[in-house]
Amino acid sequence: MSVAAAVELQDVGKEFAARDRRVVAVEAIDLVIGHNEFAAILGPSGCGKSTVLNLVAGFERPTRGRVLVDGQPVQAPGPRRGVVFQEAALFPWYTVLDNVTFGPKTRRLAPAAYLPKVESLLDLVGLRGFERHYPAELSGGMKQRVGIARVLVMEPEVLLMDEPFGSLDAQTRSVMQELLLGVWERHQQTVLFVTHDIEEALLLADTVVVMTARPGRVKTRIPVDLPRPRTLETTMSPRFNDLKRRLLALVREESAT
Amino acid sequence: MALPLLLLLLWHVAVTRRWVTEGIIPAPAQVAASWYTWIFGASTQTLSPYSGTWMANVLHSARRVFQGFLLAAAVGIPLGIFIGWNRLVARVVDPSIQLLRPVPITAWLPFAIAVFGIYDASALFLIGLGAFYPIVVNTTHGVRDTNLLLLRAARMLGAGPATVLTKVVFRSALPSIFTGLRLGIGVAWTAVIVAEMIAVKSGLGYVLWDAYYVGRMDICVATMFSVGLLGLISDQVILRVAQLVLRWRALEAHA
Repeated sequence: MSVAAAVELQDVGKEFAARDRRVVAVEAIDLVIGHNEFAAILGPSGCGKSTVLNLVAGFERPTRGRVLVDGQPVQAPGPRRGVVFQEAALFPWYTVLDNVTFGPKTRRLAPAAYLPKVESLLDLVGLRGFERHYPAELSGGMKQRVGIARVLVMEPEVLLMDEPFGSLDAQTRSVMQELLLGVWERHQQTVLFVTHDIEEALLLADTVVVMTARPGRVKTRIPVDLPRPRTLETTMSPRFNDLKRRLLALVREESAT
Repeated sequence: MALPLLLLLLWHVAVTRRWVTEGIIPAPAQVAASWYTWIFGASTQTLSPYSGTWMANVLHSARRVFQGFLLAAAVGIPLGIFIGWNRLVARVVDPSIQLLRPVPITAWLPFAIAVFGIYDASALFLIGLGAFYPIVVNTTHGVRDTNLLLLRAARMLGAGPATVLTKVVFRSALPSIFTGLRLGIGVAWTAVIVAEMIAVKSGLGYVLWDAYYVGRMDICVATMFSVGLLGLISDQVILRVAQLVLRWRALEAHA
């Protein structure tokens, strides 16, 4: 028997009931993501890429097909699949520290078991000294760092990121991309990263999955054979630009219709 | 503070210049003097039956408001959370609340007296019922407004229903709950006056009605001021507690 894939979608479809009509968000998606693979899902807006992520997270159930994580069907959300949301979705009534320790506390772990890890994570994402701040006192980029730290502290098998840097300014976004590269190169987790930004997908991912316009299907899957460790310098290389040109053409085909 | 002083002056002038019928509306100075005697006067030797009884009556009313309000919050907040959280509970309970809510507290008076008699229980029932509606309605709204992303985030971090309710839904509904509490304490002061006028024989409402019967309009007006003052103080207390508990929200407003 072969080892189960980290994430596997088998002929997955999702329909929503909207008033009197039905909207097909995604249709017949087949997708396999290996262990420690960083996969980016790229597609035009409204193509259902967030729906794919919500299905893997367990926030939504497929109307057809199966969603498997580590060979097990996804039933409900849980800490094995950590989600980083676009708007950070921090608990505004908790401080940075209480947000990051929400998961371990919910699991009733002893503080001694998680506090050292929390401290090193806060170091890693550059939030030392902000432990007692409330989300309202943080910039967009810092909120997203908290969002990443509170998920990493749970040591999830899969990291699901839904356009996490989409609402940040260009400067902050590239800082966060480098930070994520650093985190990933250290932890080597399976990542499913939803984005509509071609450069972001190429800079971060091992594989770029291009989706069609709605109803979303997997259009093609392109391996990103750029050497690691990657930095912003990577985006200047000829190989990067070759890939970018190719992806741009693929995405254009979908946006035109 | 300019407008209240101006109104006071207008009142004074209206009485001394006899713009109003003589002997019905007392002058501010007379009200102040009567109020002073009511608070600080010796309780037995004087002719006035009101002398020195202010504090005791204030304590009666305040205790009833506090107890009725506590009762309303203890029932209204948990019930509001369940109505807002669970569609089945909403379908079972909400229609009854919406049907009963338009019935004014005053309309419940005969019912309360018939069931509970001329006792504290009548007053507590009316105060509790009056304060209950705004608390339960605002709590329900607050719960329903909980951000879906925060619910997802909590569940993704491993939270079960109990943790989601206490650490996310309740916390998120707290600003609305405090709005309900502030509206509720206002209704509680209204209800205590109505209840004490008829259903019990002590407190500011009782004094108000009693003073009216014996033609002591100065005491009536002093009672009105007393109720206003107590209402203001209790509202401020809730407001301060809210500011303390919702510190994170004040930061949001400044951001």
